[in-house]
Amino acid sequence: MTDVFMDNKYIGVVKNPKDFADQIISERRMGKISDYVNVAYSEDEDKVLIETSKGRTTRPLIVVKEGKPLLTDKHLQQLEKKEISWSDLIKQGVIEYIDATEEENSLVALTEQEITAEHTHLEISSLDLLGLITTLVPFGNYNQGVRLNQGAKNQKQAVGFYAANFLLRMDMDVSVLHYPHYPIVQSITHSVSDYDKHPSGQNVIVAVLTYKGYNMDDAIIINKGSIERGLGRSTYFRPVISEELRYSGGLMDEIIIPDKEVRGYRSEHDYRFLEDDGIIYPEAGVKEGDVVIGKVSPPRFLSSMDEYSLASDSRRESSMALKHGEKGIVDFVALTENEEGNKLVQVRLREQRIPEIGDKFTSRHGQKGVISLVVPEEDVPFTSTGLKPDILFNPHGIPTRMTVSHMMELLSGKTGSLAGRYIDATMFESEEEADIRKDLLDMGFREDGSETMYNGITGEQYTVKIFIGNMYYLKLKHMVANKLHSRARGPIQLLTRQPTEGRAKEGGLRLGEMEKDTFVAHGASLTLKERFDSDQVVVPVCEKSGLVGYYDARKNNKPMSPVFGEDSDMSDIEVSYAFKLLLDEFKSLGIYPKLKLKSKF
Amino acid sequence: MVDVKEALREYEDKIPNSILAEVEANLPASVSKEKLKKIMDAIEAEYNSSLAVPGECVGIVSAESIGEPGTQMTLNTFHFAGVAEMNVTTGLPRLIEVLDGRKTISTELMNIHLVKPYSEGKDIKRIAESLKELTMKDFLKEVIVNISEANLKIVLDKDKLELLKLTHSSVTEALRKNVKGFSFKLEKDESISVIQSGKDKDIIQLYKLKEKLKNVYIHGVKGIKQVLPVKKDDEFMIVTSGSNLREVLSLDFVDKERTYTNNIYEIEKEFGIEAARQLIINELMKVIEEQGLNVDIRHIMIVADAMCMSGKIMGINRYGIVKEKPSVLARASFETPIKHVINAGLTGESDPLNSVIENVMLNQPVPIGTGLPGLIVRTKSK
Repeated sequence: MTDVFMDNKYIGVVKNPKDFADQIISERRMGKISDYVNVAYSEDEDKVLIETSKGRTTRPLIVVKEGKPLLTDKHLQQLEKKEISWSDLIKQGVIEYIDATEEENSLVALTEQEITAEHTHLEISSLDLLGLITTLVPFGNYNQGVRLNQGAKNQKQAVGFYAANFLLRMDMDVSVLHYPHYPIVQSITHSVSDYDKHPSGQNVIVAVLTYKGYNMDDAIIINKGSIERGLGRSTYFRPVISEELRYSGGLMDEIIIPDKEVRGYRSEHDYRFLEDDGIIYPEAGVKEGDVVIGKVSPPRFLSSMDEYSLASDSRRESSMALKHGEKGIVDFVALTENEEGNKLVQVRLREQRIPEIGDKFTSRHGQKGVISLVVPEEDVPFTSTGLKPDILFNPHGIPTRMTVSHMMELLSGKTGSLAGRYIDATMFESEEEADIRKDLLDMGFREDGSETMYNGITGEQYTVKIFIGNMYYLKLKHMVANKLHSRARGPIQLLTRQPTEGRAKEGGLRLGEMEKDTFVAHGASLTLKERFDSDQVVVPVCEKSGLVGYYDARKNNKPMSPVFGEDSDMSDIEVSYAFKLLLDEFKSLGIYPKLKLKSKF
Repeated sequence: MVDVKEALREYEDKIPNSILAEVEANLPASVSKEKLKKIMDAIEAEYNSSLAVPGECVGIVSAESIGEPGTQMTLNTFHFAGVAEMNVTTGLPRLIEVLDGRKTISTELMNIHLVKPYSEGKDIKRIAESLKELTMKDFLKEVIVNISEANLKIVLDKDKLELLKLTHSSVTEALRKNVKGFSFKLEKDESISVIQSGKDKDIIQLYKLKEKLKNVYIHGVKGIKQVLPVKKDDEFMIVTSGSNLREVLSLDFVDKERTYTNNIYEIEKEFGIEAARQLIINELMKVIEEQGLNVDIRHIMIVADAMCMSGKIMGINRYGIVKEKPSVLARASFETPIKHVINAGLTGESDPLNSVIENVMLNQPVPIGTGLPGLIVRTKSK
């Protein structure tokens, strides 16, 4: 007797587990029970597992019976004529959904040729082994698995034409590529997914060579002429959103140009772009500190006195202004209300992003790199026909990564662009490399894709032939303009008096625990002290009580002891403010931190 | 000819004896006096340049020198899947284990070297088997519980007994010695019957006994779970998993000088803290070398010294050497600050601000390197 489990719950026993499982499967194929019920008999554990729960991943496979797939040419013809559909195939039991449990009992053939009597299923396409985005990698079957994965991951970060209605959307932190292309070297997924309607890269001419050492370590060199013609140009959108909130007591925010009486009033200059309704006008060029949406809020804590005072306006300023380092042009202003019925103002800023040193680009094979040099067009190496590459890619990136597909794309991209056709590079089913090479040869090029090239600066011919071709490059959303940051002096935190953290707050760059250790290891004791001077203060310390004292403004700023008043010896001590704070916290814990002072000399 | 010994005596105060001995052993006999002086001066200069400068922060340099290669180790672990028969913990887990000073380590291991003629392979299988700890369950064939008479009948596996040259009576003897409250009797049919000694017969007690019996020690060395006789460089030795140094060393066929265990606490117990320090150094170096990394042994030595300086092994964690730090602030800055601050408040501890972290907290110069020396000016007294 074999135990039967349904969704991992014990439900009973069965005499012939194999027949039992087979019966469930055949009934599912007949449509008597749900298509999504899976069953498996585990011989090792001697139990039958039935799966019906939601959230399992299942995948469709063609059923194979007696060494022959049930999907026949007749089905395909009918499909083509649209006489039947996918769901009909499932109803007929030609295709079924298999989950991980049932897969243990199945033997799946990758291609029709390799089917034997033992096989139970056939893969619909060998592409089914991979995810949707992974199949977008051309010639991916020539690659090491890791690179395939990275290539797929990189494509998700590409800047492209992400939605046709992008002009009406208020997406956070998005970019739109200016002249997106449909890839010359493509897989079947590109046409199936209408990739031409939402492309995310450009076909560029890539030469595999070094250039003055600037493209070492994965860096790429880009042709300035190409940039000026619009290569890799994108627009960056960033919304600014403000809402009229309602507070208790019938008070609410007001979107308006703040009155000069309002607490926290910036300056007339900062509000200069606002129109009478308190909102900026479209096409205004704004920089950091400029107010985009003017707003005033009621006071945070309403005391009974303020309510009756007519003299001063107790409302506070709460406008939306651009933060440090932000700039842009007002693209679109939307006035709506949200679910709660509050007035909602959304302003979208736009900014043109021209490729610059530090922007990240990648091919579709996990070969990402950062622009390290923008070369004037006249200095770019050229071929004997005068062709100049857009991007110079370092050959050292190839051997260790073993991205054969990268070079395959470069070669077939060249063939495709010269022959004026698209190249099918679907994994496992791509055009033969030999054919692509032959095509190239027939058009009068060297079959390996290499060409004689000349130094762009001296005009000398390179002693080697350079591999040059056409491939699809993607601009990734990581752009330096959003990341560049430095600080000398700047804002500090209220509590600790240490510099703020993060780019948005113009923060400092932390010299951390391990960095500190390196200073100590070098014995650079005084340099280390200087580095940590950012929150240094001088405090008066009472030598009698050992506590930090204060300066009494009533007595000509005389240092006073918190215990003995004037009757004490006060000394000025230089410590970090964080330490003073720590002493205060000790005091609040009921611990008496006593400083014993001693002359250093 | 010069008297080398005489010439070297001159350097006794300047160069450690171990180096002098090495020089003496390697000098050609025909060395001239001038040449010897040249050599010794060069050695002295070399020796002095290899010393740490006063105020040099050797602790942090060691920490960095071990810690940085340690970051590479995690990535390399998959290269070392372990020995075929025995899976030994190496790599980062072992490194952490040793540095933490853990009492129970994940894989205890002994390399038992043997004296002649056993080291040449005599009786190697039998010796190895005799080391293995065997409990009742290794010999049990059947245990029959007689509920009505409240007794047990134990049937032993004869083949197993013969293999180890044990008899039924010796097993019965071992049971008598280790289980109290029951009487064991060897029956004629070579089964052992068990009767409760007391008057009241309790079935539950009997059942508990049945389970307990399985773990009664019968034969071998306690703690040795697995044995593996191996031949290494024409010499037979026994690798064991599990360790019991004291018992193993008391056996007459064991080479007491070369037998090894990776249990630091056992070494400390049997041979003292200096031996434990050496084992810590060896174990750490072994891991580092296995990984193909290059860390100077002096960095490891300073770590081992720190772990052993109190006379007992202390791990590098908040229960070990960090607990021993004199500074309250230094301890509080490393894990569980509230505990340290409150205890310091209760006992009125004072912090002399002698070390690195406290001074960084106060933004004072750290007393190390350039922060260490002070200037003393002697004013002329009239």
